[in-house]
Amino acid sequence: MDQTQSFWQFVEQQSPKLWSQTWAHIGLTMISLIIAILVAVPIGILIARRKKIAGVVLGFAGVLQTIPSIALLGVLIPFLGIGPKPAILALFLYALLPVIRNTYTGITQVNPAVIDAARGMGMDNWQILTRVELPLAFPVLMAGIRTATVINVGVATLAAYIAAGGLGEFIFGGIALNNSNMILAGAIPAALLAIVLDFLLSLVQKINLKSMRLTYIILPFIFLSLSSFYLLPTQIGGRMLGGFTPEFMGREDGYLGLKRVYQLGIETVVISDAVMYKAAYEHKLDVISGYSTDGRLKAFDLVTLKDDRHIFPPYYAAPVVRQDVLLKHPELEVILNQLSGFINDSTMTALNYKVDELKQSPEKVAMDFMVANQLFKPARKTTAGTIRIGSKIFGEQYILAQMYKILIRGNSDLGVETKSGLGGTKICFDALTNNQIDFYPEYTGTGFLVLLQPDRKTMERLNGDTQGVYDYVSREFNQQYKLKWLKPIGFNNTYALMMRREQAQSLHIETITDLTKHLNQN
Amino acid sequence: MISVKKLIKKFGSAVAVNGISFDVQEGENLILLGTSGCGKTTTLRMINRLIEPDEGTVYINGADIRDSEPEILRRGIGYVLQNHGLFPHYTVAENIAIVPRLLKWNKEEIRKRADELFGKLNLDPSLAGQYPAALSGGQQQRVGLARSLMVNPPVLLMDEPFGALDNVTRTAIRKEFGQLDELVKKTIVMVTHDVQEAFEMGDRICLMDKGEIRQIGTPAELLFNPANEFVSTFFEEQRLQLELKSVVMSDLFPDAENSNTVTVWDEMNQLLHPENHTGQLRATAAVQADLKTLMSAFAAYKKK
Repeated sequence: MDQTQSFWQFVEQQSPKLWSQTWAHIGLTMISLIIAILVAVPIGILIARRKKIAGVVLGFAGVLQTIPSIALLGVLIPFLGIGPKPAILALFLYALLPVIRNTYTGITQVNPAVIDAARGMGMDNWQILTRVELPLAFPVLMAGIRTATVINVGVATLAAYIAAGGLGEFIFGGIALNNSNMILAGAIPAALLAIVLDFLLSLVQKINLKSMRLTYIILPFIFLSLSSFYLLPTQIGGRMLGGFTPEFMGREDGYLGLKRVYQLGIETVVISDAVMYKAAYEHKLDVISGYSTDGRLKAFDLVTLKDDRHIFPPYYAAPVVRQDVLLKHPELEVILNQLSGFINDSTMTALNYKVDELKQSPEKVAMDFMVANQLFKPARKTTAGTIRIGSKIFGEQYILAQMYKILIRGNSDLGVETKSGLGGTKICFDALTNNQIDFYPEYTGTGFLVLLQPDRKTMERLNGDTQGVYDYVSREFNQQYKLKWLKPIGFNNTYALMMRREQAQSLHIETITDLTKHLNQN
Repeated sequence: MISVKKLIKKFGSAVAVNGISFDVQEGENLILLGTSGCGKTTTLRMINRLIEPDEGTVYINGADIRDSEPEILRRGIGYVLQNHGLFPHYTVAENIAIVPRLLKWNKEEIRKRADELFGKLNLDPSLAGQYPAALSGGQQQRVGLARSLMVNPPVLLMDEPFGALDNVTRTAIRKEFGQLDELVKKTIVMVTHDVQEAFEMGDRICLMDKGEIRQIGTPAELLFNPANEFVSTFFEEQRLQLELKSVVMSDLFPDAENSNTVTVWDEMNQLLHPENHTGQLRATAAVQADLKTLMSAFAAYKKK
């Protein structure tokens, strides 16, 4: 859409957002770092005194370091919810090891003769610590703090996954939207931030400290940490809070459209799809952006709001088949179309729920469904060659692939080979056009926006027009790729706004317009 | 001045010091001499409570050292280490001001006293702003001594103070320190493993082995009246030189007007290398005759 936009134009246009993200990033990094220093330096001093526990403590901090950051964030959410709190705790845990280790190393490497002289001259333990050990350990200690800072600037990008803000919003949004300007607008400031903070700390490192006057050290610390809290995104007031994925935030058929078409004025945070549903369930968020057939909708008792002004493009699923396959096996079209009309949104949601949440196998879920709907026929002998079914790498596609397998085996003499888990759209589509698979279930919206990428006019013309989009992709695929879209299965796996069922019911919100009205009233 | 009573110190099952007792008079230099591991350093460190004894007591000026806080006690006792122990992040001036600052001296007092010691210890005033790493070994050791002398403590503990220096520097500094008026009045306990050093600097020597005292006495007593086999064999290798160093001229010629501080060793040196002392060259024959007289007197003294 705005691929022609230059990087600088993007930065200029997004500069308020960029600044707020940068400040939030600095805030997250500094707060976690300062807390880490306040905790890790005393621990480092303690284990330098008691070498016996040093191994255990350093080992434990090392284990924390090895936990993948996204996993650590995930683990913290049940306790701390979403937002800056779990992000700061995770960053704090990552900063511990370098600071503890370098404090320990710095203090233990101080020449024992110097300590002996200090004690022999009548310094007490506190004086030895603050005038001899810490000042001499200071360069090494600072090196640890620098390491921790650079690590934290990097890891803080992941805070965007749990609604804690920071430059990760641009980075992950950019990745999701395949917008390199957006990626760079997040990545370059993050890299610069790491370099600048590291440089500033290197200046501090060169200071020759005669003694660690605690007041000189701690006062700026406290000041910094307090001021850092102002940099964090302001937390949720009494109003409703929306949590949207980075991708959704940047899309015309997402948040931008919501603002433009519905004038939706809701406070938002950016959050990863992985934790979004749960956060809504736990009342951390009130409105989220999800997919209308996601099994978690059922698992967390959420309802979708009706898109009464049609900003979300239709994503109706239908098998896309190569024409040469249909020529060779004309019976296939009829067989595959048998599924059409059997699965609506809630049916698909329930099926996905069984696979994603109840952990049933897609084979079993597909079989149960086919039997229940009298679509099942015992498999026939295979005598007439093999059909290769592709599927993308998520539950819904696995289920559909299995259903088609049952249909083909029960209604023809064809054998079936499933090639499931073909990464994303592009991989599936390439496999199809390169004769590596014979068909796969695709969504009209994906075919329209991702594969055909029509001009703006066409997009505006067909916006929200279910039949129009289907007709358009059918025609274009036929002409451009010699591929045929069969009948849509019936469900629409599109973007949707979701709310908790009880909240939506008590507020009488059924459509996005209702939501906008409710927000405007309050 | 210092009275050590039956000190015992064990590290685990190893006995480092086993019932050591001695007295040091005011103004006296007592040397704790012995091979490494004999317990001499442990003994020294128990005097300023860097190590607490398992048994026994140390009195300074009649007071049990356990009656005062260890930090307060140590501020009143000079302490010089082998590796000088200067703070690498402090300048020379800051290093020597450590104890006065702990005692809350004001800046002017510190500066005056520092200037005085710089002069006495032949330290260039320009060194005051330098960091210890920029100093030579000899200079570092002088600064270390200056630091311990700043508050003019009556008692000085020295742990191998010249141990880290090369031989030439060591001899020179030792001589210089020996003549320093600041040190003459002090009660000093010094640890060394160097026999020559012990004989040159000690009024009395406490020879230690395996945590116990083998003999305590003047250098001459240890040489000429060894209390046991250990003591006599300990000095065997350097016996003649030590003897010449421990006998003073007044021992040989009681009526000579020469002072009782010139040793036979010094006298011989003067005869053989007069240019170092008086600059007057004498006829070889006269020197030969003087040496002969000296040697026979020394032989006669030893027979007594």
